[in-house]
Amino acid sequence: MAQTADLFEFLCRMGDNTLVLGHRVSEWCGHAPVLEEDIALANTALDLIGQTQMWLGLAAEVEGQGRSADDLAMLRDAWNFHNVLLVEQPNRDFGVTILRQFLFDAWHVEMLQRLITSSDQRIAEVAAKSVKEATYHLERSSTTVIALGDGTGESHNRMQDALNLLWPYVGELFADDAVDTAMSEEGIAPKSSDLRDAVMARITDVLAEATLQVPDGDFTHKGGKTGFQHTEHLGHMLVAMQNLQRSYPGATW
Amino acid sequence: MTQQRNEWPLWEIFIRGQHGMSHRHVGSLHAADSETAILNARDVYTRRNEGVSIWVVQAQQITASSPSDKGPLYEPSEAKVYRHPSFFDIPKEVGAM
Repeated sequence: MAQTADLFEFLCRMGDNTLVLGHRVSEWCGHAPVLEEDIALANTALDLIGQTQMWLGLAAEVEGQGRSADDLAMLRDAWNFHNVLLVEQPNRDFGVTILRQFLFDAWHVEMLQRLITSSDQRIAEVAAKSVKEATYHLERSSTTVIALGDGTGESHNRMQDALNLLWPYVGELFADDAVDTAMSEEGIAPKSSDLRDAVMARITDVLAEATLQVPDGDFTHKGGKTGFQHTEHLGHMLVAMQNLQRSYPGATW
Repeated sequence: MTQQRNEWPLWEIFIRGQHGMSHRHVGSLHAADSETAILNARDVYTRRNEGVSIWVVQAQQITASSPSDKGPLYEPSEAKVYRHPSFFDIPKEVGAM
């Protein structure tokens, strides 16, 4: 059996990715450019937060310290969140939001497809349930990236700006550390680097169809999934997300 | 680069429910093309497990009857009660029709 600490860490990474992105996407609720997108984004956010309940619920169970998924989501500070830096980036305009979603979805679908055959039955079940939602998210975000990238001059430029901004955050998705190695040795999850070829093929296909240029250089921001160094944006987001539990500890309704 | 428009076209949405019923009109929404209209319809109209199939039709492709034609179109059938199959005794064994 893998060390409990490693398994807990892996599950928190999965849950923190979906939680942070889910909250970011939910910030669009009531603000999206058209009604149809508003509802679609809210659905996506709810899917991701639903998946978070499963991942963090399982993490809390594995930890065995009496914490719940809610405790993990609402009562940890920024340095204990181990999501990749990509998902905590602010929404900015709709182009950045949808491109961030696409880059995450491309990785997410591949990861979940691999986790369906996890040696840990509980993880396999969460993955099987989540992958249908993630597949839809990817279809939707791919279609939108292509439509906007290969759209008007304005939409193309905004998507190219979004890609230039977010591209340095993609590499972290494929960066291995000791937790990845431990998960891989037990057949619980693939190494992050194992996903690179399949995910990059998916991403570059869509970007080519969207007439977008992949930026030069392979510089990668890191520090989110290890918790070593988040961007300044995560703390601000958590202030809004956790405000209620922090102001009224234990409040329920 | 495609032609620039101020608004996406309007699509009428038809959804078939779980139990083999025909597609029913459920409403309309805006989308850039038919594939996106289906995705939008999925998000707007099937969130509560309402359907297993979606049709989308661009609203401008629908030809509708004119309300001012209602006299000649519909009123002649009002006086033809014999067109309703209500003059037969249905045997009890048949059950609910």
